[in-house]
Amino acid sequence: MTFQGKHLVWLIAALLLLLAPLAAYPLFLIKILTAALLAASVNFLVGYAGLLSFGHAMFYGSAAYVSGHVLKTWGVDALVGIAAGVLVSALLGLVTGVLAIRRQGVYFSMITLAFAQVVYFLALRLPFTGGEDGLQNVPRAPVLGLIPTDDHLAMYYVCAVIVTAAFWLIWRIVHSPFGQVLKAIRDNEPRAMSLGYRVNQYKLLAFVLSAALGGLAGSLKVMSFELATLTDVGWGTSGDALLICIVGGMATLWGPVIGAIVVIALEHSLASTPELVQIVQGLVFVLVVMLFRKGIVGQWLAWWQGRQRRQPSKPSAQEAS
Amino acid sequence: MDTLFGIPLAALVGQVVIGLINGSFYALMSLGLAIIFGLLHVVNFAHGVQYMLGALVAWYLLDTWGISYWWALLLAPLIVGLIGLAMERFFLRHLYHLDHVYALLLTVGMGILIEGLVKFKFGIGGQPYPNPMSGGADLSVAFIPWYRLWVIAVALVVSLGTWLFIERTKIGAYLRAANENPNLVRTFGINVPRMLMLTYAFAVALAGFSGVMAAPIYQVSPHMGGSLIIVVFAVVVIGGMGSILGSIVTGFGLGVIEGLTKVFYPEGASVVIFVVMILMLAVRPSGLFGRGQ
Repeated sequence: MTFQGKHLVWLIAALLLLLAPLAAYPLFLIKILTAALLAASVNFLVGYAGLLSFGHAMFYGSAAYVSGHVLKTWGVDALVGIAAGVLVSALLGLVTGVLAIRRQGVYFSMITLAFAQVVYFLALRLPFTGGEDGLQNVPRAPVLGLIPTDDHLAMYYVCAVIVTAAFWLIWRIVHSPFGQVLKAIRDNEPRAMSLGYRVNQYKLLAFVLSAALGGLAGSLKVMSFELATLTDVGWGTSGDALLICIVGGMATLWGPVIGAIVVIALEHSLASTPELVQIVQGLVFVLVVMLFRKGIVGQWLAWWQGRQRRQPSKPSAQEAS
Repeated sequence: MDTLFGIPLAALVGQVVIGLINGSFYALMSLGLAIIFGLLHVVNFAHGVQYMLGALVAWYLLDTWGISYWWALLLAPLIVGLIGLAMERFFLRHLYHLDHVYALLLTVGMGILIEGLVKFKFGIGGQPYPNPMSGGADLSVAFIPWYRLWVIAVALVVSLGTWLFIERTKIGAYLRAANENPNLVRTFGINVPRMLMLTYAFAVALAGFSGVMAAPIYQVSPHMGGSLIIVVFAVVVIGGMGSILGSIVTGFGLGVIEGLTKVFYPEGASVVIFVVMILMLAVRPSGLFGRGQ
């Protein structure tokens, strides 16, 4: 395999991740990373399987609570804590997915929203979640007993490595035969079915994978910020992830990253006037849907591909996403 | 006879009435969603916010100009309906030719925006709205405030009236025809875009109307729509959006089930509708009145 544009993108991304702490606070960067990963899990599902989830906060939030609880009460290694959260969110994805994929289109979206509400009620009532106070003082355990994560910078690099690995996994899934079948189902479900694919099994697997990735984001969040609250399981978290997806560009690999940088930076700049945050979010949401439906990365890709077509002499590169 | 199955009769009657009240709102809201979905193929995620706007406008009219509940019942739906009209005309209309997901996302964004603006202007706290009807019916087993009976009666009349309007009138026939085949209806010289606009405005006005009726029962707060709409979505998943009458029956039925759960197992009342939804998905995925999908 030769060196191509897409490899260059990964290289630049790795370099930027390495150098980013020079420009911004590590905790701020971690916030972007976890938001990008959650958005990527939503984006994977809607962009490549055509399933629009309004309830990914349930995976993010439940993984945050479970990882936080495991880290706090059992004092285990960071990776064990994270794995516990991911496992629980994947199981939750399996249970809710089996039911949700029985309906399509808008019904699927409404069902995921309803499930998320049930998980929210559970988070409010279950004894270990701390109710309104949330789960506080979650310890930052070392990774593999070797790498301490007490320092914000160290925690950032741990998050950076894990999130990069997750993005690489998404990239591999999307470009695998499995990903191709998902796209076929998204574009024409009856045709995929008539070709002999067990459509529901593919959808379910995509849903569980997406749930696990959303859970991973929640687990990293609870470790980094040392607390899990009801906000993490609330509708706002799902809405934020959706906003990031459409700002960055749906069905693009890098869309969630760019979207997360833009949206989190925007929210951060409004930190002194919190009452404006929701208004700005809503405005951006409406503006993007009305005028820039492809999102930042999607618009750029369209421009790039248009340029490639106008210059047929150059050997056309593979799609950069 | 003071008890039934070991439950005080007063509690039972009281909860059934509360169940019917909640059911009234579920019915009116899911009815509006079904009308919009049937014609525009869009799930109106802003429906909860539009319901909240109805209550807010009623409260504002009373608080600022002293306009009574009865005028608000007429004016607030008109105002909210006009907001819906503008939303359709300037935003939604331009998204019909695209994937339906964009129109859906637009209603999500509009909901976030409007709720944010309301919070900014009026704060996040709840405002009480005085009960326009004092007193109630003393049924010897239970005392039922007049206002609650009024809400149930009005919800029944309005929802059945809407159903009759769509099933029995000429305009209703146009609506149903446009639902089946908009292009064919257009060739008969009917202005389909205007019909879509008015339909959306009507359903939004219905949400605003529900909001006015809810104002004296619940507090008027920016969050009142958000918590209701998720339950209404579950109701819609259970009933399916294929049938207007189905939405009405499912709405009232689930309200009563919720009320009864409060009597027999209070802890489960807040999630019982979601549990019914899960059971329905497991047993009959297309919903009670669903057509395919």
